Amino acid sequence: MKVLVPVKRVIDFNIKPRVKADGTGVETAGVKMSMNPFDEIAVEEAVRLKEKGIATEVVAVSVGVQQAQDTLRTAMAMGADRAILVLTDVAVEPLAVAKILKALVAKENPDLMLLGKQAIDDDMNATGQMLAGLLGWGQGTFASKIEIADGKATVTREIDGGLETLTLALPAIVTADLRLNEPRYASLPNIMKARKKPLETIAPADLGVDVTPRLTIVSVAEPPARQQGIKVESAADLVARLRNEAKVI
Amino acid sequence: MQTYTPPLRDMKFVLTELHDFSRLTTLDAFSEVDADLAETVLEEGGKFTSEVLLPLNVPGDREGCRLENGVVTTPKGFRDAYRQFCEGGWSALSAPPEFGGQGLPETIGMMLSEMICATNLSFGLYPGLTGGAMVALRKYGSDELKALYLPKMISGEWSGSMCLTEAHCGTDLGLLRTKAVPQEDGTYRLSGAKIFISAGEHDLSENIIHLVLARLPDAPAGIKGISLFLVPKFLLRADGTPGERNGVLCTGIEHKMGIKASATCQLAFDDAKGWLVGAPHKGMQAMFAMMNAERLGVGIQGLGIAEVSYQSAVAYAKERLQGRSLAGAKYPALPADPIVVHPDVRRMLMTMRVNAEGCRALGAWVAMTLDVAEHAADERQRRDAEDFVALMTPVVKALFTDLGFESANLAVQTYGGHGYIADHGVEQFVRDSRIAMIYEGTNGIQALDLVGRKLPPHMGRNLRGLFHPIAAFIAENKENPLLGEMVTGLERAFGALQLATGQIAERGMKDPEEAGAAATDYLRLIGLVSLAYLWARTVAVAVPKSFAAGPDQAFYGAKIASARFFYDRVLPESASLYLKIKAGKASMMALADDAF
Ligand SMILES: Cc1cc2nc3c(=O)[nH]c(=O)nc-3n(C[C@H](O)[C@H](O)[C@H](O)COP(=O)(O)OP(=O)(O)OC[C@H]3O[C@@H](n4cnc5c(N)ncnc54)[C@H](O)[C@@H]3O)c2cc1C
Ligand SMILES: Cc1cc2nc3c(=O)[nH]c(=O)nc-3n(C[C@H](O)[C@H](O)[C@H](O)COP(=O)(O)OP(=O)(O)OC[C@H]3O[C@@H](n4cnc5c(N)ncnc54)[C@H](O)[C@@H]3O)c2cc1C
Repeated sequence: MKVLVPVKRVIDFNIKPRVKADGTGVETAGVKMSMNPFDEIAVEEAVRLKEKGIATEVVAVSVGVQQAQDTLRTAMAMGADRAILVLTDVAVEPLAVAKILKALVAKENPDLMLLGKQAIDDDMNATGQMLAGLLGWGQGTFASKIEIADGKATVTREIDGGLETLTLALPAIVTADLRLNEPRYASLPNIMKARKKPLETIAPADLGVDVTPRLTIVSVAEPPARQQGIKVESAADLVARLRNEAKVI
Repeated sequence: MQTYTPPLRDMKFVLTELHDFSRLTTLDAFSEVDADLAETVLEEGGKFTSEVLLPLNVPGDREGCRLENGVVTTPKGFRDAYRQFCEGGWSALSAPPEFGGQGLPETIGMMLSEMICATNLSFGLYPGLTGGAMVALRKYGSDELKALYLPKMISGEWSGSMCLTEAHCGTDLGLLRTKAVPQEDGTYRLSGAKIFISAGEHDLSENIIHLVLARLPDAPAGIKGISLFLVPKFLLRADGTPGERNGVLCTGIEHKMGIKASATCQLAFDDAKGWLVGAPHKGMQAMFAMMNAERLGVGIQGLGIAEVSYQSAVAYAKERLQGRSLAGAKYPALPADPIVVHPDVRRMLMTMRVNAEGCRALGAWVAMTLDVAEHAADERQRRDAEDFVALMTPVVKALFTDLGFESANLAVQTYGGHGYIADHGVEQFVRDSRIAMIYEGTNGIQALDLVGRKLPPHMGRNLRGLFHPIAAFIAENKENPLLGEMVTGLERAFGALQLATGQIAERGMKDPEEAGAAATDYLRLIGLVSLAYLWARTVAVAVPKSFAAGPDQAFYGAKIASARFFYDRVLPESASLYLKIKAGKASMMALADDAF
């Protein structure tokens, strides 16, 4: 069974993002970038499937700038067998990524697409779903448990009311949630090995995909600073303020 | 709160912008290494240390080690962390590939060590001692011993210890009494009692390989009669796996000021079976191989503590609201300003900052040169590199550990009363870092090593690797507008260092007590001048890069400001050091012993 895992290069989760001075977006130049944490979970799950003898090959894919190679090397240090970089300097939107992935699916014929449920930079939570739509495959999003047997994936999903279990016929799309697993630390020997694993670079045009953004960003701004809180005197005071000042009741 | 983000950006700066990383990558041994790999390795190492080791630091300090029936139990979580450390291949980082190591430069190994020491100094001692023991074994052990022991020590399955100290001898190892009696099969039987043996007994590894200093029956008295032996905790079976217990027993562990999660053991050797490492009576030579590596490692402990102290202090200074800025309220919406606005708090934060960054720059210079000394093809290049490392080893050991302790102390001061109590975890830095000034040769002994052993040989040849580049830099940059007054400051301090060196050579030759009286101040002086040189070079690198907009602009801007602070507020100490050295021994030695 072949598993394809898309991974995105995003601002490291420890870094507090800053809006660019001209309000066109978030500053990324010179900022520490890492693999999107949900994608890390997806890679970990794929590698575990391989270690269990269920998956035979794990291929990591990234769509983005040249430096996304580092992210792919990280995926390979965790255990992915090879990697594909779809190289573009455009800030690709989820639909374009989904189209690229669809084209790669045609090329690679994976049995399972394992994605992160969303990327922590824009929190879109869309690529997996769009890809499922484009491919006409079943999807199990927000997975906290995956079991593969007899050509089916049984996926436990985290939903508002608790947990839901779905059975999907393979090939299928699964997106990883936080509790699916705890990603490993790449070991030193595996970091060294990852440098020798194959990494193929292709252009979106090679896949026949137009990545031109369809959305226009009007402006990006910091959220307004929070006002300092106050202590209210009594319950009556609170009710009065909620009614008269906040006008919420 | 103990706060730590691995200083990866600064490490990258030091490796590839301040120093010439190609010094390493052009060596055959490192043909597969590049800056990218270094960065990746440090990033992963940073994750491991900050996510696995740091959370164990406070609990490890509270719980400490326990001894029951000769068995030492390390604090909760240490076994698991050690297993992860070994499985991750970290113990093998700079070990030689022919024995299963990863063969990466020591320079990267030392940066990993810095992060380990910052996040959990106690933990770091276990692999640290294995490292020291391996150096002696690699350089002086027989091929058979190496093949039997090195691979398992590199993988971390077995750990190491260094058994020098006895109750009546720490600094003066010539007094040691542990005996080794030759057996017919070529092995030896050791008897005696060692104290203060770090990692001498614990539950992390399946075997412990002690490297023990002892005396043969025909040994000459004093330091020239000491030999080095390998004594495993478990004797090996024919298949190389640990079998029968050897005659080494842990009879006590010390209750001590800091590094409480590191077991400091009393070991009784009772007819323990051992193997000679190196030639008979030449143990000190092997011991020095091991100690030199360890001394750099202990210096790095100081650096690690300096960094974590700084970061922890900064985090608090931004949060703690107290008083108003002398320039008028800076955060009027808050009940008071965060203490980071106060000049005196800035004094502390900046001092801690330049301590950490300066030591990192100097440590990397020495580490890179150590790699060159080990691996350069050209003999002359190797010799020059060895000279420099020999000179700088006591400086790194003593200067870094002094500064690390200073920084830890300043972190407590920044926290005020909340630093003195245990809850915030910063008083632990003071307690933990204190030992680094003592073990592996007290800092006073480092200073004596510098003036007594490192300056005199070959008419001061060891100094060349430091003095020549500084002199050349001053000559080249006299007119450099980027550096301005800095070159003058460097020139003045370097001049004082040269004068002090001359004076020690001259007076010390006639009266060794003069050299002894100057030693500690001289070591600090040479350390400060080395740092000043690197800060000036930092500015030369950072200024042109600081003009480009982007987040790196802040990084380079801060580098330049830190360099200025060093020149304004730290380097002037060189003048006072010079005056102290110039004063000589007279008043220091005036009182008769019984006047004390
Ligand atoms: C926590 C801990 C861990 C340790 N781990 C190990 C270990 O793993 N293996 C090991 O073998 N040892 C270890 N030691 C021992 C350590 O290396 C010694 O404590 C150290 O070398 C100093 O020796 P000492 O304590 O006997 O002090 P002393 O030698 O008695 O020194 C006392 C003071 O006198 C000064 N002094 C002594 N001689 C001179 C001189 N000639 N000139 C000027 N000043 C002098 C010293 O600088 C010091 O200030 C450890 C100690 C501790 C506390
Ligand atoms: C063991 C112990 C016993 C104590 N006993 C008593 C007691 O009996 N009675 C009692 O009332 N209190 C007691 N204290 C409290 C003690 O006096 C305070 O901890 C001390 O005054 C510092 O205040 P703080 O801890 O709030 O530090 P902070 O005031 O928060 O200071 C933190 C840091 O900021 C610096 N700083 C703060 N404001 C400024 C400024 N305006 N300009 C420059 N720097 C500034 C400080 O110098 C310090 O370095 C005790 C504390 C301890 C730890």
